[in-house]
Amino acid sequence: MAEIYDVELRNVTKKFGDFTAVKDISLGVHKGEFFSLLGPSGCGKTTNLRMIAGFEAPTSGEIFLDGQPVSQLPPFKRNVNTVFQNYALFPHLTVAENVAFGLEMKGLGKDEIRKRVADALEMVRLPDSGAKKPHQLSGGQRQRIALARAIVNRPQVLLLDEPLGALDLKLRKAMQLELKELQRQLGITFVFVTHDQEEALVMSDRIGVMNHGELLQVGTPEEIYDRPANRFVADFIGDTNFLPCRVTECQGEVAWVQVGQGIRVKAACDQAVSGERQATLAIRPEKIHLHPAGSAGGQGEDVFPGRIEEAVFMGTDTRYVVELEPGVQLVVRYQNVNAATERFREGETVAVSWRPISARVLLS
Amino acid sequence: MTARRKSLLAILLGPGAFWIGLFFLIPLILVVVYSFLERRSGGGVLWHFSLDAYIKLFSPTGETLINDFMMIVLRSLWWAALTSFVCLIIGYPLAFFIALQPPSHRTAYLFFVLIPFWTNFLVRTYAWKFILNNNGLLNNLLQALGMNRIALINTPTAVLIGLVYGSLPFMVLPLYASIEKLDFDLVEAAQDLGANYVRVFSRVILPLTMPGIVAGIVLVFIPVSGQYIVPTILGGGKVAMLGNLLAQQFGPALNWPFGSAIAVVFMALLMVGVIFYLRGDAREEEVGL
Ligand SMILES: Nc1ncnc2c1ncn2[C@@H]1O[C@H](COP(=O)(O)OP(=O)(O)OP(=O)(O)O)[C@@H](O)[C@H]1O
Ligand SMILES: [Mg+2]
Repeated sequence: MAEIYDVELRNVTKKFGDFTAVKDISLGVHKGEFFSLLGPSGCGKTTNLRMIAGFEAPTSGEIFLDGQPVSQLPPFKRNVNTVFQNYALFPHLTVAENVAFGLEMKGLGKDEIRKRVADALEMVRLPDSGAKKPHQLSGGQRQRIALARAIVNRPQVLLLDEPLGALDLKLRKAMQLELKELQRQLGITFVFVTHDQEEALVMSDRIGVMNHGELLQVGTPEEIYDRPANRFVADFIGDTNFLPCRVTECQGEVAWVQVGQGIRVKAACDQAVSGERQATLAIRPEKIHLHPAGSAGGQGEDVFPGRIEEAVFMGTDTRYVVELEPGVQLVVRYQNVNAATERFREGETVAVSWRPISARVLLS
Repeated sequence: MTARRKSLLAILLGPGAFWIGLFFLIPLILVVVYSFLERRSGGGVLWHFSLDAYIKLFSPTGETLINDFMMIVLRSLWWAALTSFVCLIIGYPLAFFIALQPPSHRTAYLFFVLIPFWTNFLVRTYAWKFILNNNGLLNNLLQALGMNRIALINTPTAVLIGLVYGSLPFMVLPLYASIEKLDFDLVEAAQDLGANYVRVFSRVILPLTMPGIVAGIVLVFIPVSGQYIVPTILGGGKVAMLGNLLAQQFGPALNWPFGSAIAVVFMALLMVGVIFYLRGDAREEEVGL
C-alpha cells in the first residue's frame, strides 16, 4: 500500500478566470516533515497553501489530509492551522485571548485553556505579554504570537506563509533556528512558504521549487543544490555559472561537452542524450578551484588554463572572474585561507580545476 | 504655533465655525433663554425672567401633567429605539453587501443610498402617504393581486415605515465605513482557528464593526426622538411624539416658553444618555483600532 502522507496534492490545478496560478501539482508531505515551498513572488505558493487550508478550492485535482480528501471541508473543519504572511492577529483581543481563540472554539475548559496558553507563550519566549494588545508588540513579537496562536492548537499540519518575511536579517536568522528547533520538538508537519532560498536550505527537510505555478523539483536541500533539475532551479538556488555548450557524447550519467571553441569538458548528466545537441553547462562558483599556472589540480579533477580578469576581495572569500578562452568566463569563489600575498592578481595566468561531477549538463 | 499658522487655522475653521454658530448655537441659546421667559398671549415671549414654564412642566397638577410629558418622552425614546433597531437589522446586511462589492461598484451603491437626499424629506414623506393610503399604491396592488386591503395609514406601522425609511442612510453610511475598514484576513484567521460562520461573526466581525454600529445608532436615535413630520403625516397625529408636543406649544397653544422648556429638558435627558452610551463604547474601544 502507498504511504499515507500528512498532506498530499494530486494533480491540483487552480485557475483564477483564465489565469492558471497553480498548474497540475502533485506532492506528498511526510508526517513530521519540514517541507518548504520555494519560488519567486507570484509563483503560486500562497495559493497552494490557501488550498490546503481550505480558503480556496482547487479547480481540479484533490487534496488529502492524512489520507482523507478534504475538498468539501470548510477551513474550520480541517485539522490545519496557518501562520499568516501578515500575522492577522485580532486587534480587539489581548495576546492571551488571541492565543486562546482556537482552544475556545474547540470548547476546552477554562483551566485547560489558561494552562495551554501560558505554555504556548512560554514556548515562544513571551511569557509576560498575555495582557498586551497586538499593537503594543514589535513585529518580531507579533510573529511569535501568531506562531503561538497556531501551535497551541497542536494541529496535524502547520502552514506558514513567509512568516519571517517582515523581520530584519538578524532576527530572521535567529527565528529560523528557533522555528526549526520548535518543529523538531513538537513533531508537527510544517509546510513552510518562502521566496528566500537560503532560508529554505537552512530549515527544510525537503524543498519543493515552484515557478509560474509549476512544481519544478522536489528534494532535500542537498539534492536541490547539487543536482538542480533545470536551469531555473540552478539559477534560483545559489549562484551558478551557466555556459552554453554542445553535448557531443553521452554515456550513462557522464557526458562530454564542448564549450566555446576548443574546451572539452566532462560533466554529469541526468538525462540520456542521443546525438549532438545544444545544452547549458552549470558549475557552482565555489566548486571551482584555482592553482598557480602549470599545476595538475586536485585528485580526480579536470584542469584548464585560464587568466584572472577580475579579483574582488569579499572578506571570507575572493570573487574571481576567470577567462578560459575569449568569451568563456567563469565566476570563482575562493576561500581566503592563505595570506593576502598569496591571492591571485588580475592578469595572472592560473590553472582552473573542478571535479567532473560538479559540472552539470542542463537540457533546456 | 506661529502667527501664520494661527491665521491659516482661523481661515480654514472660520466658515464651519460661522455655520455652526449661526444655525446651531444661536437657535439653541434662544431656546434655552426663551424657556426662562414669560409667555405672551399672542405667541412669542415677554422679556421677564420666569420659571413658570418649568414649574408647569414638573407640577403634578398642571395643564400638561408631568406624567403626560414623561409618557411622550418614553414613547419618543421607544420609537427612536425601535427605529434604530430596525435600521440596524436592515442596514447591516446592506452595508456588508456594499462593502463586499468590487471597489468600482461601491460608489454606485452608495450613490443609490444617498439619492433620496436630493428631495425634501417632507415631499418624500407625502410620497409614502400616497403609497400607504387606503386607496394608495400598495393597497391597489394588493387588490390587483386578489388580496385584502390593509389599513396602514395613520397606524404605528406606517410611522415606523416612514421613520426607518428616512433614517436608513444615516445607519448605512457609518456601518459601511467600519465594515469597509474590516480586515478580511481576520475572518480567515478565525476560520482557520476553528470558528464556524456564526462565531466568526460574533467574535470577530461584530466587535470590529462596533464603532460603526454605535455611530449609526446615535445618528438615527437622536433625530428620530425629535421627529415631527413622520408621525404627523403618516400617523395622522394619533401617534404623539415629542415633536408633536413641541409643535403644539409653539403653534396652537401659543406657549413658547413652555415649548422651549420641554425642548431643553428633553435635550438634557438625551445628552446624558448619549454621553453614557459613548463612554461605554470608548471603554470597549481601547483596543487601538
Ligand atoms: N484571488 C485571486 N484572483 C486572481 N488572481 C490571483 C488571486 N490570488 C492570486 N492570484 C494570482 O495568482 C498568482 C499566484 O499568487 P500567489 O499569491 O499564490 O503568489 P505567491 O507565490 O504567494 O507570491 P508572493 O511570494 O508574492 O507572496 C499571482 O500572479 C496572483 O496575481
Ligand atoms: Mg504569498
